[in-house]
Amino acid sequence: MFSPSSQSRKRDPPTPASEDPLSPPSQRSRAHDTSTELQPMPTSPAMDTAAQDVSLFSSPMAPRSVLQSEVDASSPLMYGTPSSRVEGTPRSGIRGTPARQRADLGSVRKAPQVDMHSEPSFDFCEQGAGQRLVIWGTDVNVGTCKEKFQRFLQQFTAPNSREEENAGLDLNEPLYMQKLDEISVVGEPVLNVNCSHIQTFDADLYRQLICYPQEVIPTFDMAVNELFFDRLPDSVLEHQIQVRPYSALKTRNMRALNPEDIDQLITISGMVIRTSQLIPEMQEAFFRCQVCVFNTRVEVDRGRIAEPAVCRNCNTTHSMALVHNRSAFSDKQMIKLQESPEDMPAGQTPHTTVVYAHNDLVDKVQPGDRINITGIYRAAPMRLNPRQSQVKSVYKTHIDVIHFRKTDEKRLHGLDEDGEQKLFTKERVAMLKELAAKPDVYERLSSALAPSIYEHEDIKKGILLQLFGGTRKDFTQTGRGNFRAEINILLCGDPGTSKSQLLQYVYNLVPRGQYTSGKGSSAVGLTAYVMKDPETRQLVLQTGALVLSDNGICCIDEFDKMSDNTRSVLHEVMEQQTLSIAKAGIICQLNARTSVLAAANPVESQWNPKKTTIENIQLPHTLLSRFDLIFLMLDPQDEAYDRRLAHHLVALYYQSEEQIEEEHLDMAVLKDYIAFARTSVHPRLSEEASQALIEAYVDMRKIGSGRGMVSAYPRQLESLIRLAEAHAKVRFSSKVESIDVEEAKRLHREALKQSATDPRTGFVDISILTTGMSATARKRKEEVAQALKKLIQSKGKTPAMKYQQLFDDLRGQSEAAITKDMFDEALRALADEDYLTVTGKTVRLL
Amino acid sequence: MPTVHDWINNPLAVVDGLFAQSNSSPDWEKKVVEYFKEKLKLNDAHTWVPSLNDVPLYYLKPNSLVKFRCMVQDMFDPEFFMGVYETNDLTSNSKVKCGKYKDITVGGQVDFNSRNTVTSERQTFYCVPIPGESQWAKEISFICQARVVPSTSYVPNRHKRSYEEDDEMDTQPQQLKDVRTQSSAESHGNTEPKRQETEAPSHDSSSAHCTSSLDLNFPLPGEKGPACLVKVYEDWDGFKLNDMLEVFGILSVDPALSVIADEREASSLLDPTEVTETVEEQRVHSPPPSLVPRLHMLYAQPLVHNNPLLPSSSEQSYLSSVLGELASVRAELHTYLTHVLMGDSLAAEYLILHLISNVYSRRDVLPLGKFTLNLSGCPHSSPYTEHLYKVIQQLVPSSYRLCMSLHNMNNQRMVPRKDYTANRLVSGTLQLANNTSLFLDETQLEQGQLDATGVRNITALGNLISWQKVDYDFNYHQMEFPCNINVLITSEGRSLLPSDSQVNLRPTLNPPNLEEYLSAVQVAQVPSQFNKYRIYLSGARALNYTISDEITKAVEEDFVEMRKDDPQSMSAEDLHRLLVVARLLSLSHGQNTLSRDGWMKAKQLEALRISRTQQQKSLSGNEP
Repeated sequence: MFSPSSQSRKRDPPTPASEDPLSPPSQRSRAHDTSTELQPMPTSPAMDTAAQDVSLFSSPMAPRSVLQSEVDASSPLMYGTPSSRVEGTPRSGIRGTPARQRADLGSVRKAPQVDMHSEPSFDFCEQGAGQRLVIWGTDVNVGTCKEKFQRFLQQFTAPNSREEENAGLDLNEPLYMQKLDEISVVGEPVLNVNCSHIQTFDADLYRQLICYPQEVIPTFDMAVNELFFDRLPDSVLEHQIQVRPYSALKTRNMRALNPEDIDQLITISGMVIRTSQLIPEMQEAFFRCQVCVFNTRVEVDRGRIAEPAVCRNCNTTHSMALVHNRSAFSDKQMIKLQESPEDMPAGQTPHTTVVYAHNDLVDKVQPGDRINITGIYRAAPMRLNPRQSQVKSVYKTHIDVIHFRKTDEKRLHGLDEDGEQKLFTKERVAMLKELAAKPDVYERLSSALAPSIYEHEDIKKGILLQLFGGTRKDFTQTGRGNFRAEINILLCGDPGTSKSQLLQYVYNLVPRGQYTSGKGSSAVGLTAYVMKDPETRQLVLQTGALVLSDNGICCIDEFDKMSDNTRSVLHEVMEQQTLSIAKAGIICQLNARTSVLAAANPVESQWNPKKTTIENIQLPHTLLSRFDLIFLMLDPQDEAYDRRLAHHLVALYYQSEEQIEEEHLDMAVLKDYIAFARTSVHPRLSEEASQALIEAYVDMRKIGSGRGMVSAYPRQLESLIRLAEAHAKVRFSSKVESIDVEEAKRLHREALKQSATDPRTGFVDISILTTGMSATARKRKEEVAQALKKLIQSKGKTPAMKYQQLFDDLRGQSEAAITKDMFDEALRALADEDYLTVTGKTVRLL
Repeated sequence: MPTVHDWINNPLAVVDGLFAQSNSSPDWEKKVVEYFKEKLKLNDAHTWVPSLNDVPLYYLKPNSLVKFRCMVQDMFDPEFFMGVYETNDLTSNSKVKCGKYKDITVGGQVDFNSRNTVTSERQTFYCVPIPGESQWAKEISFICQARVVPSTSYVPNRHKRSYEEDDEMDTQPQQLKDVRTQSSAESHGNTEPKRQETEAPSHDSSSAHCTSSLDLNFPLPGEKGPACLVKVYEDWDGFKLNDMLEVFGILSVDPALSVIADEREASSLLDPTEVTETVEEQRVHSPPPSLVPRLHMLYAQPLVHNNPLLPSSSEQSYLSSVLGELASVRAELHTYLTHVLMGDSLAAEYLILHLISNVYSRRDVLPLGKFTLNLSGCPHSSPYTEHLYKVIQQLVPSSYRLCMSLHNMNNQRMVPRKDYTANRLVSGTLQLANNTSLFLDETQLEQGQLDATGVRNITALGNLISWQKVDYDFNYHQMEFPCNINVLITSEGRSLLPSDSQVNLRPTLNPPNLEEYLSAVQVAQVPSQFNKYRIYLSGARALNYTISDEITKAVEEDFVEMRKDDPQSMSAEDLHRLLVVARLLSLSHGQNTLSRDGWMKAKQLEALRISRTQQQKSLSGNEP
């Protein structure tokens, strides 16, 4: 195999000074990665020596008769290098616009393309010919590449694009041409190109972009500038347009990076943990001869400046001095990126990567931001000590950023569909869809939820629907703002009925879950607080559990132990889905579109079946009515149940892992299923379903009206809609149908039956939850008050009475048993009517 | 064929030899690992390898094979290195060399542009000695080490002595007594004069250093021993944080590795544009190798337990052989613990159950098999809890006593935290290896104000007990790490922390002088007895356990029956606990399955315990 490097090395063994650790690992990677369809590819010896040391290639397919030769490095083929001033380009528009150095691509692009038999010129029609120009060490032909990219820009349309960048663009017109127009209007000379678009357009171009970004991106730059100034010759831009590709399909986790990725275009996601200060990096050094004042410029070559030893003008040695303020610098910033917690395998610590941002990308991100970055992966050997030749056998790696994309940028404002989108493989999607097509998918999923917790089928179903959530609707136009799509659930019941366990499970299941306990958490811990950064003296808004679980679920244990103050912040969150903060001069409204899953214990440690839900848990009914479903987790105390429970528990302790796996759906499948449904299924009500909902609501109202009470409010209707939508999501159906409504009705009724049953009458009475008192209780209260009034009136004109005596009289008179509480209440009611006053132990008439 | 000493003293020669033979076919890497695995398997060869735990670093030959018993404390980022590289020396002969298992290139200029260069990837773990390892465990493994001919020039004094006395057990009573009589000494402190002789130089110097310039990041305060940067070449995904390992690897202590040889010089020499690491980060990631040696892993044996008396992978066959005398050992241990607990045999029974408990599985979030014990009724502000801890320390291979004093709760860092400036995981007291005994002394807690740290610490302890997990603090988010720690709480009244089972201590003896009494109890134990207990406790924990269908039925019946009588007395939670107690009780008797008899016993035990708690309640009357 013919080795281009052998010749150059033999002649010129690198001296310690010029030997520069550059991109050595690249050789290997290139040899491997380009194996796709191209045959033996000449590996590139990193361009170690000076630029004129250039060998040349014909295309891989061409006969290999051509030998390498020295070619004048000053040929017009030099393009795109930091200082290349694009002199050769014919268009005046480009000539008028300065090129901007692309520090992100590194300065190592002195890779001229050469062809022995053709004139060094760009010939776009050369395709048919056997000989083609390729950049040394790659299979990239500049002409073809440029032409392909221009064609891509002119022709590519993305009719189904949902990216917000494309908002306002006509999706049926060529996308990037519109963006070019935008550039001319806005004047920001950056063209972001989605790599997946390139891939669908031309897979080969995409492959080249991924494998040789350093060579291909400047070509793209050239192409886009030619095109741009062709179309809009009069535009004035600050500098030439730079192409920034993003979302290389190789998007991966930091953990998956390996030596093969070096010098390739990669996209990884992560979280910024630290940013350095701005580092000025020299791009071009300016030297002046001390003797003859001759000026010369030296470009930085791979981080080094070759200081001219001799003045070219007067031949004095060592007379050149660096003039700092005439040298060219570019901005650079070091950013540390850490793996996102979701990507990490259990039991390991997150990895970090060093990232360099250049020029205008500096200071684009802040610590704590979640970003996707696209860039070129680099590796360089480390020297132990600059004075020693010994090298540590370890490379330093970093990524030169080309494009940042914040994934959480929109979280405070709107929904970031794109950032949320988990990438599923086709097989996975097919598998999920197959699962969704099963008729019992709802039951399957609900039984897969927290399998270690026994029964409570309906509660699990409720939580399942909560995990899927309703469809988000925007009524801002009509002045109602966002319509809540999240389902809130309250679990109450006896201690020791594995409520906490259920909460823990949900918290572990959802990616953006938060778990807090009502006992220890303050309003601050739930909402947000303002903190002064000790270093920068900057005010920082630290978000609490509710904001952190935006788009997730906030699990609140011991809800009843929460202080009233803390609980009050939940009012806003649970209906308006926002959180207002006015602290330390910061006034803002944060989104907190979180579902609340709360657990509360009864006040008297044991659930008292003779009391209503409100009386048992002593929570304000204003808050209770914000829960879509309220479940009681009670000990059923029934023999058959006990037996099954015992069996379940014993099995828990002796079954092996495998057995368990067989019985239940994998947690990972469940996670993916939910994530997929949440992002890609947005069911809408069908005509039929709307009718069913209306009927259901009317029915609910009717039940109550028969007994003179209201048993449903619009809030209940909204709950029903949300539940029905969630159920449709479970089926991956884009339409809410009547079966969804049926299930929503059933579940809602079950929950009501449990929580809103009037213990005195046995009827379901929604007013327990909405007003805190059942209608019968209210009626009874009135009756007692009337009886008392009658009693007092029958006594004639006595201005004052003994409290105890009155109580005894009333008890003696009434058929039903009257407790002291009831008597007190009646007195209070009469006092409200200004009929009497109670002072101490005496009752006075007014 | 290299001799034994060759592959221990100069393993790199073996590596290079195999590399040279390979003709650059990539399977030489496997061959190297195989070679050393084979060698280590042969007639206990692994005991000949000097151990970094026991032998001071400066006695070990650089680039020799050593072993290290450790816990993975932190995982650094993977690094790319030159797996194969080519060098040119002055005579312009280029040579292809292997860079695996080495930190620094050797010989001549490295040709960075050679086509032969192969870039490979490796991962670095920061490893510390197993936190809270008991003195006895260290000593016994030390003796095992010293009994073989050490391959280094280092001949420990101890080694001679144990030969003279020629009985490993006889060295024990002496030492144990020493430890015991020095009741006021620090539990981790090592005051035996003869030990100082052998260990002081290395450890003292390192500890002196670490206070001055380098924090070695041990989870527990007052720990000693070398920390190590272990370079892992394959399957690093299989290792987890807090895993216990015995690493066999090549020691690398080249002083050139230390980046911060001279800080001032370093900072001036480093090109500002090339600085990707802060000073703190460099300090942590490239500490001087004299303090933190590098170890290039050839082979690692995961440790299920760190009890040196048991074979490292406790197989069931070995366990069943031990089971023979299990009944008698159990009885003796029970008597001993009863004495220690001042005549309370029920508490002793529960203490045994606690000591062999183990999280053997997890069902979604629920850890199964944990058994946190709360010994209430311990006298306030008396040295009793301290003595009790010493007894436990004598029995388990690793343990830690956490005094829950207000000061400790408010100031101690319990939850590990990520330090982004230094890019490392700053350890905390709750970063412990599996099956460590954590002794929470609540009798030290007094009334007063807990600040934010204190509340966080209490929450962390609560989470640890209820879910057997610790949420590590990564500043921007928390990450959950499951753990398996045996928590024992001693308190005056009921503990403020949750627990699986509370036993109220009821002393039947009232010795006038507590300390005298307790030391008398300990002296009465024959030292070989202690080893039996230790084997028993670790062995019983590792046993398999099943429940037959028949017993399952019986248990179900029983549960239904009990609920019929009084549904309040028997909740699902009670059944959970009863099943755990039954499991531990059976295991403690060496039974692999639950028998009807065992179930009844467990029920009796629970009934006894509950009645005692209720009596206590009615006595004090402060609870409804």
